[in-house]
Amino acid sequence: MQSRLPILVFAALMAAIPFVPGMPPFWIVLLDNIGLAALVAMGLVLLTGVGGLTSFGQAAFVGFGAYTTAVLSTAYGLSPWLTLPLSLVVSGSLAVLLGLITVRLSGHYLPLGTLAWGLGLFYLFSKLEFLGRNDGISAIPPLSIGAFKMLSPGSIYYAIWVAVIVSALLTMNLLDSRTGRAIRALRRGHVAAEAFGVHTPRAKLLVFIHAAVLAGLSGWLYAHLQRAVNPTPFGAQAGIEYLFIAVVGGAGYVWGGVLGAAIVVVLKEVLQSYLPLILPGSGQVETIVFGIMLVALLQLAPGGLWPWLISFLPERTGGRKPDTSLKLEHRARTVGESGVLLQVEKARKQFGGVVAVNNVSFDVQAREIVALIGPNGAGKSTTFNLITGVLSATSGSISVLGRKVDNAPPQEIVKLGISRTFQHVKLVPDMTVLENVAIGAHLRGHSGPISSMLRLDRADEAKLLAEAARQIERVGLAEQMHQLAGSLSLGQQRIVEIARALCVDPMLLLLDEPAAGLRHMEKQRLATLLRDLRDDGMSVLLVEHDMGFVMNLADRIVVLDFGTKIAEGTPATIKTNPEVIKAYLGVAA
Amino acid sequence: MLFLVQDGITNGAIYALLGLALVLVFAVTRVILIPQGEFVTYGALTYASLAAGQMPGTAKLALALGIGAFAFDLFVARRALHARLVVRSFITNIVLPSIVLALTLYFAAQKPPVPVCIALSLVIVAMIGLYLYRIAFQPLAHTSVLVLLIASVGVHLALQGLGLLFFGAEGQRGPAVLSGAFTAGALRFTGQSITVYAITIAFIVALWLFFGLTLYGKALRATAVNRLGARLAGIRTTLSGQIAFLLASVIGALSGIMIVPITTLYYDSGFLIGLKGFVAAIIGGLVSYPLTAAAALVVGIVEAFSSFYASNYKEVIVFMLLIPVLLLRSLAAPAVEEEKD
Repeated sequence: MQSRLPILVFAALMAAIPFVPGMPPFWIVLLDNIGLAALVAMGLVLLTGVGGLTSFGQAAFVGFGAYTTAVLSTAYGLSPWLTLPLSLVVSGSLAVLLGLITVRLSGHYLPLGTLAWGLGLFYLFSKLEFLGRNDGISAIPPLSIGAFKMLSPGSIYYAIWVAVIVSALLTMNLLDSRTGRAIRALRRGHVAAEAFGVHTPRAKLLVFIHAAVLAGLSGWLYAHLQRAVNPTPFGAQAGIEYLFIAVVGGAGYVWGGVLGAAIVVVLKEVLQSYLPLILPGSGQVETIVFGIMLVALLQLAPGGLWPWLISFLPERTGGRKPDTSLKLEHRARTVGESGVLLQVEKARKQFGGVVAVNNVSFDVQAREIVALIGPNGAGKSTTFNLITGVLSATSGSISVLGRKVDNAPPQEIVKLGISRTFQHVKLVPDMTVLENVAIGAHLRGHSGPISSMLRLDRADEAKLLAEAARQIERVGLAEQMHQLAGSLSLGQQRIVEIARALCVDPMLLLLDEPAAGLRHMEKQRLATLLRDLRDDGMSVLLVEHDMGFVMNLADRIVVLDFGTKIAEGTPATIKTNPEVIKAYLGVAA
Repeated sequence: MLFLVQDGITNGAIYALLGLALVLVFAVTRVILIPQGEFVTYGALTYASLAAGQMPGTAKLALALGIGAFAFDLFVARRALHARLVVRSFITNIVLPSIVLALTLYFAAQKPPVPVCIALSLVIVAMIGLYLYRIAFQPLAHTSVLVLLIASVGVHLALQGLGLLFFGAEGQRGPAVLSGAFTAGALRFTGQSITVYAITIAFIVALWLFFGLTLYGKALRATAVNRLGARLAGIRTTLSGQIAFLLASVIGALSGIMIVPITTLYYDSGFLIGLKGFVAAIIGGLVSYPLTAAAALVVGIVEAFSSFYASNYKEVIVFMLLIPVLLLRSLAAPAVEEEKD
């Protein structure tokens, strides 16, 4: 966990600023604006930088927040403090609505989709009668505590910055939790996260709502700062501007949002007030310079300024090792995890005209290591994807413990106690080994987003991290626990994947080429580990090309060639099977 | 009723062209080309200024950007400055815009005929597109779609500001590309609308031929599918990017020239026009050209009808058109896609 000290210092500094003698009131206005923009940008950091969902539509949520309180406090005379929750609820529930429609879209649809509804809503604001059309709504009451009315920019300053700092803390808490890890895994695609039970559409919707609520909060504050609203600040331009505030600051970092807001607000102000002095000419020169500076900034620091700044700080070495004495409850087991664990019957997968898996049948018994081998393109990884629900079979059936699980989603398969690794490593490179492995224990934790934000999840969290640390030690990577997963060698990353899969507390472990990229000694250690796991009661189904490794380890071998099973048996019989030799070495052998 | 459909088709044809350009640029360079709208206004207003006998500032901008592009080329190649490379860069980035600037200066003084205006406007905007790619996007080619998008916004802002500087806040109209009109039943076809249809169809066919039959077209498609793979196969991906931007700017300018005789355009009109092209492109899924063209016609027709029956909500309706489309797309669950950071 990051130290709270810098945040405390920052909060104290911000609290002291209005008391600095001779502080121009205009600077306080700027700081107010920075705070408002920072709130929205912070939501975008979570949404875009961390979750990988780009939204141009945040300005519309600011608008919802602002208009909600504007209408309710003027037309209905509600107290601004009563409209605060309502503003947040309105922007949050509209986020649910828009989110349900758009967040399942990925890649480039989402930004364009948000741009489109951002624009549409802007025009709606400016056309609706009860929102005052283009003129908007004025005479909004100020925030007040007792008789103290926050009329000046200096008095609402505290409300704004308390909101910013509290939101930053809550957001950082959320990111450093079970839910946060699921969110951080989103950007790297959903297959790996879903294989460990993360419901990715729900996680995406969650960040969408979080960002919208922060934007709504900013809108609520804005309405009471300006005490008037009109559609202009909620248009597409503003939506775009919020996004580049986040990108300029460093889209992956909560404080990057605040920094970006400061830079962009100040830069625009400076350009607007000083540029006409240097370059007298018809207006909009500042837009030109601003656009050019934006492009230049991105070319110099494509990752944003925050990471560039903190790269100057001394590197923080290691984190605290979790207390491994804490025990995590086992996965709820189905009775009788013995006998036939997995039964694949005539499984078939066609991609168009290509039959990748052709009526393959085999089974895996309890306490058994089964190897699936075959030349490249034999359909081994496709078989894995069929078993784990990543792909649905064209025909045939797959049963776990005698129950058919055909076409169940990956999240359901992992609940049955089947966990897997991937042929192409799917770790989150900018998360530590510990955090990556903890994703494996996702289903064994219970804390939701709200309790994570409020830090009520610590007991649950400590147990999850303890389990993750235990599995990392078990696979022999204790030294690398706090390194970023992306900095490990490919072989080590494969081992990290095994630790992550073990965190599920599985009955059957599916390993896709676990020994690829390992050195001789590492392979031997892996074989020992797998034997130990089997002796402890786990079964293993593995795909592997290293024949020496497979022959020494597997109890039984299934051989695929061009999607069809050509042999099955003990290593000794497989070695002498003429069909297998033909498949591997050709006819002449 | 029918005249609304006709009006919609004329607008839709323009959106189709812009949508195609957006799809093209996105597929090849991953840039969501927000400045596409500026290419439209630059083309239109350059054409209108020339026709009115005024000197458009865009010609100077082209030279300025050309100098910038030349500087970038020199800087990148600073460790191995081959004479051939320098000369080639000098010709494309300095000599070419200088000649065009000289021609523009020469012609602007004497109210040139329509074809000359068209040719000059197209060349000027095409060069701007080409140099912009070199200066703003080529150095960022390796970054994420998001960073490219923000850069694209930056370019849009700068170009829009420059647009105000060059053309002023007043709207302009240009002379018709093809005058005359004839009536068929209840409908009246102007030469201008016929030109719009003809050019749109010609462009769609030309693009289809270019991508299907030529080596460059295939190289562009290869770049779109797999950048690294294309490079390994010897395709110069920067060249692909340049071609894409060149095509997009020409398409944008041409669209502008075709609509400026029909509607008054302001320096900032392009953004909204470009966005409607976006709507069409999104409906087409940013990949399919025929679908984008069809969607653009729908957008145009919906716009025509809503501006007639509910003009206040015209823009709302057009942009909200996307929601059901997105809904359909999200229900038709997207295929497994991974790590496209």
